[in-house]
Amino acid sequence: MEIEPVDVSKVCIFPDQGVDRIEGEAIEALKSSCGVPYPDKTEWLTEQAGKGSLLLTTVDAMLSWARRASLWPVICFPACCAFEFVTAEASRFDMSRFGMEIVRASPRQADLLITAGTLTWKMAPQVKRIYDQMAEPKWVIAMGSCGISGGIFQSSYNVVPGYRCLFPVDVYVPGCPPRPEALIYGIQMLHKKISKGTLKQG
Amino acid sequence: MTIALPVTEVTSKLNKELDAGIIDAKDNTILVKSGSLKELISFLKNTPGLDFDYLTDITSVDYWDYFELVYQLTSIKNNHKLTVKTRLAGRENITASSIVSIYKGADLQEREIHDLMGITFEGHPNMKPLILWEGFKGYPLRKDYL
Amino acid sequence: MTLHTESFILNIGPSHPSTHGVFRMKATLEGEVLMDLEPVFGYLHRGIEKLCEERTYIGIFPLTDRLDYIASMSNNMAFAMSAEKLAGIKVPERAEYIRVIMAELQRIASHLVSVGSFLNDCGAFMTPFLYCLREREKILDLFDMVSGQRLTYNYVRIGGVNADLPDEFLPALNFFIEQMPLYVDEYDRLLKENEILLARTKGVGILPREMAINASTAGPVLRGSGVKWDLRKNDPYSVYDRFEFNVPTGENGDTYDRYRVRIEEIRESVKILKQAAAQIPAGPVMAPGLPRLIRLPIGEGYGSIEGPKGELGFYIVSDGSIAPYRCRIRAPSFLNLTALREMTIGWKIADAIITFGSIDICMGEVDR
Repeated sequence: MEIEPVDVSKVCIFPDQGVDRIEGEAIEALKSSCGVPYPDKTEWLTEQAGKGSLLLTTVDAMLSWARRASLWPVICFPACCAFEFVTAEASRFDMSRFGMEIVRASPRQADLLITAGTLTWKMAPQVKRIYDQMAEPKWVIAMGSCGISGGIFQSSYNVVPGYRCLFPVDVYVPGCPPRPEALIYGIQMLHKKISKGTLKQG
Repeated sequence: MTIALPVTEVTSKLNKELDAGIIDAKDNTILVKSGSLKELISFLKNTPGLDFDYLTDITSVDYWDYFELVYQLTSIKNNHKLTVKTRLAGRENITASSIVSIYKGADLQEREIHDLMGITFEGHPNMKPLILWEGFKGYPLRKDYL
Repeated sequence: MTLHTESFILNIGPSHPSTHGVFRMKATLEGEVLMDLEPVFGYLHRGIEKLCEERTYIGIFPLTDRLDYIASMSNNMAFAMSAEKLAGIKVPERAEYIRVIMAELQRIASHLVSVGSFLNDCGAFMTPFLYCLREREKILDLFDMVSGQRLTYNYVRIGGVNADLPDEFLPALNFFIEQMPLYVDEYDRLLKENEILLARTKGVGILPREMAINASTAGPVLRGSGVKWDLRKNDPYSVYDRFEFNVPTGENGDTYDRYRVRIEEIRESVKILKQAAAQIPAGPVMAPGLPRLIRLPIGEGYGSIEGPKGELGFYIVSDGSIAPYRCRIRAPSFLNLTALREMTIGWKIADAIITFGSIDICMGEVDR
């Protein structure tokens, strides 16, 4: 039984130039549609825990315990902050004691997006896609000054001024790069936010 | 110690037509006309005694009236180095000859220069955008961008 | 009877566990065998070269930190050396020794990360990676003592270094120098004759000697192919001519050779550290009389060092003002990728991922 090789140019669905052109159009479309950055919701800082209905308090408490004790991050490692995140996962600043041992490659299986690095316009459609593919409930931690506002590269032509231009952010962790202890403090703040969540909020 | 080769060593070996392409040669730098760039670099690589087999770097600089391309060449065999420069006049539709057939290391660097400075290299097999995306308007590294 | 097959284009990346950073490969596959590979980058292009034209010389140092973020001390040192070469500034001896100590510590840290993630790609899921990061933490503690930062130090300046070493640095360094060879022996005991590693890496991803030189590769990639070219020996800068060390090279240019070159370079760096820590003199750490807002004389020049990934160079064009006119960065990871296509065509995807991991790139440098 012989296998006959086929000419690539006749069979492929997208010829090579087509893929690049489509990507370029997607980037330009996203760039022109990003207007006002998403506002930050800060009501949770002052509100009391267990605000929901009285009947569901135990269920709420159990649900928020389950959600915050096993947050699984998704891989989104553009730049230098990625290295502090990896070090936080390693044996010295062990993050698996918070249940975050596994970093999932597939966004469908994750519920936390830690944005570790500078976001550029060329990468922006891909990160937006990763965020859209994650299932609810999902949270976002903007790590490092590049994630908050573009950081040291803010005036460059290719850098997005902060991840909140694309999607709403829950916790900001400043630093360049933030120490692993700072990242863990940010994650604990997120745990506090999740513990105030109710069944209705989802 | 990598010696910065004095240009007299090179100019003494050139034949007449290559010599006509040289505008200026002093210290360690040869300034050559853009038309005879490829022949000079090929000569530098293949002549025994010179043997410049390693291309260290290609840089492009935007002086407002002209663009300058700077090639840094090194010889691993003989442990000496040389700089070759060429100038391209104008601001629109600038072309230079590609040296990909001589040094494969020039491949990605020429694509990047085309992307950021707008200089097209004739003879390059794959002149597509490398660092910026297709549809990006303008050439960011030029002095008149933003 | 013939079986009709089609080639298809598979997109590997940009967000992928094994691509070290945001790097995309358009692979044309027939079954599992690679027919063609086209690398696409620019996903981390931050426009550093353009930003350099707007900052003063001292304001460029934080930008150079973020180029190859795993080896920040070397990046700072390369830029400072190019500027000093252009201006003719002489650096005091104690500062030179401190720079060499920092550069060699940084080389060990960078090679540990590279070896760890390479073994991660090979399939040893996290164990060697965590072992390597354990040693790297000790080095990062030393850097924290000196500069206050763990990843991007901004410590080396034009004319010397920022501040002198604290008193507890040299004893801690001596303790580290005694312990490190034992750890490298531990890695060798586990991995050097490991059957799975040998089967996966010996003879895979071969880069022949002539192509390595022609494609402008540098660093362990060039030395793994048998070319004995190291800027610390062939073109000594700073005080490297006062130390005795070897330059390890490979024979075949395959993935295993590149891995062995890195492990041997860690041992050689420990030798250099021992000699530097013994010879370091007392004195000032900054050249006297330099203004904060330094202006370089009109001219241009190229200076380079042997970084952990290869030859890192800066080409500075100065017009006499407080900011450079043009600052071009010769990034080793960018040029080492030229030969990627030739190294991986004809192999399976798994071999291509390992070959790519053994080149050891850092996307901050590739995209700049």
